[in-house]
Parts: sequence; C-alpha cells; structure tokens
Amino acid sequence: MSRASPALPFAVAAALLASAPAEAVELTIWHAYRGDERAALEALLVQYDEAHPEVELRPLALAYESFVTKLEAAAPRGNGPDLFIGAHERVGQWSATGLVAPLSLDTSGLHPATVAALTYDGQLYGVPLAYKCLALYYNTDLVPTPPRTTDELVAQAVALTRGDTFGLVFEADAPYFFAPFMHGFGGGVFDAAGEPSLASAENAAALAFVADLARVKKVIPEEPTGALVTQLFNDGKAAMVVNGPWLLGELKPGLPFAVAPLPIVSATGKPAAPYLTVEGAMVSGFAAHPEEAKALALWLAGPESALKRATQGRQSVATLATYDDPAVAADPILSAFRAQLDAAVPMPNKPLMASTWEPMAKALRRVMRGDYTPQAALDEAATELAVTTRPEPPAADPTFAWIALGLGLAAALGALGRQLINPAVRADIKRWAFAYLYVGPAALAMSVLVMLPFVVGAAVSLFSHKDGQFTYVGLANYLDILLARDWPITSALSFYFTLVITVLWTLANVVLHVGIGLGLALILREPWVRLRGLWRVLLILPWAIPNYITALIWKGMFHRQFGAINAILDAVGLEPVSWFASFSTAFSANLITNTWLGFPFMMVVTLGALQAIPRELEQAAEVDGASAWQRFRHVTWPLLTPALLPAVVLGSVWTFNMFNIIFLVSGGEPDSQTEILISEAYRWAFTRQARYGYASAYAVLIFFVLLGWSRLGNRVAGRKVL
Amino acid sequence: MSQQSQGGAPSVPVLLATHLVLVVTTLAVLYPVLWVLKMALTPSQAFSMDPMPFPTEVSFQNFREVIGTTAADGSWLFGRQLLNSLFVSAVTSALGITLACTAGYAMSRWAFPGRDIGMSMFLVTQMFPGVVMAIPLYILLDEAGLLNSMLGLALVYSTTAVPFSTWNLKGYFDTIPVELEEAALMDGASRWMTFTRIILPLARPALVVTALFSFMTAWNEFILAATFMGDERAFTLPVVLQSYVGDFGTEWGRFAAGSILVSLPVMLLFFALQRFLVEGLTAGSVKG
Repeated sequence: MSRASPALPFAVAAALLASAPAEAVELTIWHAYRGDERAALEALLVQYDEAHPEVELRPLALAYESFVTKLEAAAPRGNGPDLFIGAHERVGQWSATGLVAPLSLDTSGLHPATVAALTYDGQLYGVPLAYKCLALYYNTDLVPTPPRTTDELVAQAVALTRGDTFGLVFEADAPYFFAPFMHGFGGGVFDAAGEPSLASAENAAALAFVADLARVKKVIPEEPTGALVTQLFNDGKAAMVVNGPWLLGELKPGLPFAVAPLPIVSATGKPAAPYLTVEGAMVSGFAAHPEEAKALALWLAGPESALKRATQGRQSVATLATYDDPAVAADPILSAFRAQLDAAVPMPNKPLMASTWEPMAKALRRVMRGDYTPQAALDEAATELAVTTRPEPPAADPTFAWIALGLGLAAALGALGRQLINPAVRADIKRWAFAYLYVGPAALAMSVLVMLPFVVGAAVSLFSHKDGQFTYVGLANYLDILLARDWPITSALSFYFTLVITVLWTLANVVLHVGIGLGLALILREPWVRLRGLWRVLLILPWAIPNYITALIWKGMFHRQFGAINAILDAVGLEPVSWFASFSTAFSANLITNTWLGFPFMMVVTLGALQAIPRELEQAAEVDGASAWQRFRHVTWPLLTPALLPAVVLGSVWTFNMFNIIFLVSGGEPDSQTEILISEAYRWAFTRQARYGYASAYAVLIFFVLLGWSRLGNRVAGRKVL
Repeated sequence: MSQQSQGGAPSVPVLLATHLVLVVTTLAVLYPVLWVLKMALTPSQAFSMDPMPFPTEVSFQNFREVIGTTAADGSWLFGRQLLNSLFVSAVTSALGITLACTAGYAMSRWAFPGRDIGMSMFLVTQMFPGVVMAIPLYILLDEAGLLNSMLGLALVYSTTAVPFSTWNLKGYFDTIPVELEEAALMDGASRWMTFTRIILPLARPALVVTALFSFMTAWNEFILAATFMGDERAFTLPVVLQSYVGDFGTEWGRFAAGSILVSLPVMLLFFALQRFLVEGLTAGSVKG
C-alpha cells in the first residue's frame, strides 16, 4: 500500500489531480466506533470504495479519549480527515473554529430531532447518521409490564425493593441520567431564551423527586456508579435501570430483559425526556476534498447504508424509512429506542453546555448525600456556573509585554556576555570543552522538544481564548487566580485551598512510597530471603499494569455498599465507611490507590541504589557491635541518599502533577475538596469553557510552586541537591 | 559469599516476620490484580464489582478477540502494534540511556561552567505540566516532518525520560570512587575509554533502573501516540487499549485482557533484568 505523505501540500495535490483526472482522490474518514458499529461502518466504506473508483477511502478508528485532541491539533494543519463521524455536542464550538463546514441538504427523510441537534445558529453542520439516548431497561421476570407513568414507576420500584434487590437503579447523581426527570418536570439547563437556568423551580422539583427515590424510598442503592448499575442488573438484583444502548454489550447472555421508553412524569404529564446524542458525518472545514466527503456523508445516511448499520451494527439510525423495514420493525430494542427518540431533547450544542456538567454534578451529589436541599444546591450550582463562564478579561495593550520581553532578553544576554568576557570563566570553558560534548546531545534534545513547547504553552497564559481566537490580556489570568477573584480563599475551588491540598498530597505520597519501597528493597536484597525473584516480580505488578484499569478497580473497592474494603471492615467488626463523602476518607482513598501504584518504582530504584553500598561496610559495623537500626542509620542511609535523592525529588514532582488518580478515584469529591492543582488546570482547559489561557496560567503557577518546592528541598537537605 | 550469609543469618522470629511482611504486601498487590484477571477471563464486557475476585466462568474469548484484531483489509493488527510498541520502547530506552549516561557522567565528574544551571534545567522540565505541551509539540513534529514516525515518537518519549535518567545516573556515578578513573587515565586510557570500560559496567544497577524507567515511559503512553500517529498500523498497544474506552461505556473484558497482555512483556523484561539489581557488583564479583 502506498501512502502519500500527510504533509503533502494541498496545492501540489490539487495540481496532480488537475493533470491526472483519472487518479483516485484520497478521502480520510475518522470515527470512534467500536465492535459491531465499527464493523458495519467499515464494511460500508469498503462497499462505497469499490463502487466509486474516483475515490479511495482511508478510514481510521480512534479512541474516543484522543479523538477531539487529535482532531483539533491535526485539522488546522491540514493533517486532519476530510470527513469525521462524531457526537453533535461540540458543533457550536467547532463551527466557530471552522473545524466543521456548513452543509445544505434535503433532510426530509431524517428524524427532525437529529437534524436539530446538528444545527447551530440556524445552520446545519453534519449529516445525522445515528443517535443514542437513555431508555428504561427492565427485568421481565420481575417487571411484567413496564410503568407508563412515574407514579407507576415509583409504586413498582418500592414494591420490588426487597432484601438485596433494588427497584430502580441508575446513576442518579450524574447530570446526564438526571436529565430525563429534569426535562419531564418541565426544567432544563437552559431556559427558552437560551440563558442558563440551573436553579429553576422545575429543576428543584425534579431533584426532590429523585432524591426522594434514593434517600427516603431507597429504591436506588448508594453511590450508584455505572459499573454497579450493570452488575446489579446482570445479577437480577435491579428490577429496572435507566441506561443507553451501550449497556446491551455488557449484559449477560440469557438475561430476561426488555427495553421501553421512559415513563410520563405524573406531576406534569410530560414524558421523561433523555438527552439525545446524534452522531453526524461532518465535513471538515479543512477538508482537501469537501465535495467528495459530502457525497460520502449523504450516502452513509441513505437507506441502504442505514439499514445495514441498523441490522448489522445494531445501531439506532436517524433515517426514518429504515424503521419500516420488517427486520428492524421486528427488533424490540431498536423499536423501543425509536419510540424514545420522539421524546428526547437534543443535547444543547452551544459551547456553554460543557461548563454545566461540573456544577450540576456537584449539586446532585450534595443532595444525594443529604447535605443540601435541592433548591440550595442548585442555587450554588448556578453561582458556580456564572463564575466559570464569566466574561473573558478585557484585551490589553501588548506594548508593555514586548518592552518587558526585550529588556529581559537584553538582561539575560548581558549576563551571559559578562560571564563570557570574564577570563576565568573562559579558561574554565576551554578546560572543560570536552564536557560539553557529553552533555550537548541531551541538552539539545531537551531544549527543542521540552523547553520550546513549554515556552509556547506558557505564553498562552497571557491570552484569553474564545472559539479558537486568542486575545492578549496581559497578566489578567494570573491576577484572577492569585487575588482569588473568582472564589473566596477558603473555597475548595480557590488556588490557595487547592495548593494546600496538593502539598499535603505530595508529602503524604512521597513518605509512603519511599518508606514502603525502601523497606521492601532492604528485605529483598537479603540473600536469606526465600523466593526473592518471585516476590520482586510480583511486587512490580502495580507498575506494569496500565493504571487506568487498576485505579478504577480501587475506586470500586472503596464503594460504600458493595466495595471489598467495607466488606473487610465489616468482617472484622468495624463500621463501613462512606469513603467519598468526607474529605479525609476521600483523600485517603486517593492516597492508598496512589501508594499501591507508586511504591514499586521506589522499590526498584532503591534496589539499584543499594548496590552502590559495599556490604563489607555494614558487616564491619555489625562486627563492631552496631544494632540493625544503627547500621541502617549510620552506614546504609548516608550512603544511600545521594543515589536515592533524585528519585525522591522527581517522585515528588511527578506526584504533585499526578492527575489521573485524582480524576479516576475520588473525582474531586466531596465538593472539589480533593482536587489538586493540575486537575484544576485540566478542568479549566477541558470542562470549563476551554479557558486555555487560564489553564495555562495555572500550569505556569504550578511550575513556580515546584521551583520554590525544590529550593525548599535544598534547604531541608542542608546542601545543594538540585 | 559464604562469610556474608553467615554474618547476615537472622534469627527465626526475624525470618518469619520478614516473610510475613512479604506475603501480606504481595497479597495486597495481587488482590486488585485478580480483578483484572477476572474481568479478562469473563466473557462479559461489564466491570466487575463483585467482592470475590475469582471468575465464575473461564473463557479466553477476550484474549482471542484482542490478539486477533485485524485491519479492514484483513491484515493482522495486534502483532504489528506489538512490534511498534516494542520498537518505540526499545528505541526510547536506547536513546534515553545514551543521552542520559553521557550527560549524567559529565555532570557527576566535571565542574564545567553551566553545569549547575543545566542540572536545574533538567529538573525544571519535569515540572512542566503536560497539559500545555501537546499542541506545541504536535506543530513542532509536523514542521520537522516527524509526524507518523516511530522515530519522532521515540524522540519525544526519550526527552520525557532523560531528566530522571540523567539525575539517577549522576547520583549513582557520584558513589563510584574517582580513584578508579584516575588510575586508568594515568595508565594512558582515554576519557571515553575510561567511561565506557570502567564506569559504565560499574553503574549497571543504575543503568538497569534507567532502562526500565525509559521503557515504561514509552510503553504505557497513549495520548501523544494517538495524536501523532495517523494510521492504525502505526499505533502502539496503549492506543489500542484506550480505544476500548468509549464515550458512554467501556469494553472492560477486552480492556482487562489487553492490560494483562500489555503488562506481560514488562514482567518478562523485569524478570530478565532484576538480577543486576540485587547481585553485588562493587566487590568485583561480576556475575557470569
């Protein structure tokens, strides 16, 4: 297979095409489908490719998590796809940055809600292919007929909640799963005018309804995570669950279940309407071949393709005619989701939407924990949303920055020049000239691949970002953070609060990692220990296995009702703990997980460092009558520190920025109290209005804090180690 | 050796207590890992919250599916991606160690002007949060024509690993007596010879730690790999593993099977290297 260089300039490609019209046009298609959906799509693309000699298709399946980053990095530089299939939620943002091209087409054969989802500011930006939304799954052994109203739902759920079986199980503390009830009670995240309305009376009524199910009627288990929902439904211990089509792949074969649309909310007579996510085929605004891409998109949405996607990919398609096909009409699950589509609310696709999840989630959890009333929690959420989405700081005059930059550069060059003029320094340089050959390659690589990107990234902190446009704002981002303009200093969201937590987190981790790692290394080097090789290999397992899965397993082990840790506590007669309900326990959960993950590295480093110490020294001390502790304290430890110190210092720097454990285990709970600085920076960049400038300012501040930290380390160590 | 073990022979209570610590720690390490194994061996794609980490039914379906992944044209992808991962990690290791051992040695031995600043700068780079660097790096690699290139990826990874590696090696070199080199230089050996023939062999434990660290840096990374590589055939295994995590749900069975497959080469590598970490080299007893 010959592959054209992706860096091939567009002009050259166009010229080639013009001169050789028979040459097939390469169309790149990106998607994030998996399993059956992916197989169906790829089969369709092969079919299209064969039928259309004028194009050659290059499909690429990407992981959902890297899809957006990759798209936003690659497309503007001409390395992106011509066509991509993605969820509609970002269409507002992408239309502003030019990532998606507007389309005009006949939409009569497509469900209007799916068309509305891909429309932003009156303009369509993609061809709707498929949709996903929540519906009601029920165990047919327990629930003979699905409830039609919430009154029936509550009555059935209460009657079915017995022993270890729950009547209705869903992620009640997640905004996405709360949304059907929010809409059913007449509420929403935005009001009719499109303004945020988190704290509306309707939303509060919906939240009161769900909280009553969880806290008073107890038909929903505590801490209902997605994993728990699946587990209970699979075990026949959940009579009904609210979930989407993705659950199907996780269900046990032979489980007696059916799917029905969500019930009517009895209090309002309106249907419980879930969010609708539409997967559209979008033509990239940077596509090399937009016409060909559009033709393919239209064909993919057409009847032949839609039928294949529905029957082979088990996909809920947007094409209406497909549901008249006998095979599809006879499919009870596709029919149930088709019925749910008529009562589904397209997820708002304006950029503001992304910022609503975090405050809403916090409000739901506060109510579920019983700390707040629904209205008070939602009021707090509205305030938080207002702060995170406040207007960007005003544009500033960059003249001063240029002058400062010029003066800074001049001063740096001057200092360097003074050094070079100094004859003593010049003699030194000449004397050690060969040393630069040893250091040079590493220094060069670091300067280009680490320093340069960081300087560019750090410069972003002087700008504000909106829809791909960067505006110079001077030090406004820094002032907002350091003067705690957004939140009071004592708030869990303020920089200073988070800084204290981060320092605590780092210290606790380093002490535990080094302590456990050192202890095990001292044991494992003793020749009289049996099976040393086996222990060593088993003990590095936490380092070897990808931590994404093990961190989530730990989170599951900390579950209030079903976790292994509480089961052990219970077995030894202790009270079970709500790990994520209070700061100290949530912090401990993070700490335990990260210690489990982090000690093997310290153990390996210590094993290596211990080799620098001749055993004869310790033996001599032993002969002289030194105790084991004295030998360690006065012989081993002083000799160990120089070799161990780099790992300790760097380990503390890494822990300071250890983002994913916080994100995966506690997720900041309770109320963002266990967030660390880097996870805050991440939230500003990715979940709060794409405030890249603000996030970058956070990153630069983290950098300076760490710089100060290492200076402090010098003081503590009593000598220059850094 | 026999004298040593006589000197260190512990009393029976110490012996028992030590092994008890090892058993308890290993159980704590294995307990969560058993869940990974359980999910990998259970044909369902659900996340297991059952307190018992033993599978109720055993099937190798997930492993078969992960290993048997093919491209749209039917060519075998898993093998290709495993080779990519091995290649990128090995190059990262080799490159990282080469850059780091020379730099670490110079910093340990010679007081050249700029050394202290250079060392601080190496450390300082570790303080840069990765969040701000992905896009600038992408542009840089694109301009250099190193996008979609395993070499470009390995180059980026090795610069991530170099600061720790340099510091770690420098710390170890510091513990090796200078007299050894002085004697060699006196005998007419060149600086480079002294470094490669005398110092490097003595620093083997630190080199092993550094190699393992660089290897792991490359082995588990997926965000940059997914961003820089534009072809399924060029993906590394962690990228593929991450693709089992979806927008709405995760295929846990396959993810767990993939995780175990991904960790096996690391275990093998560590098993092969670990003897260098524990067998005395300083007494001149080089293991054959």
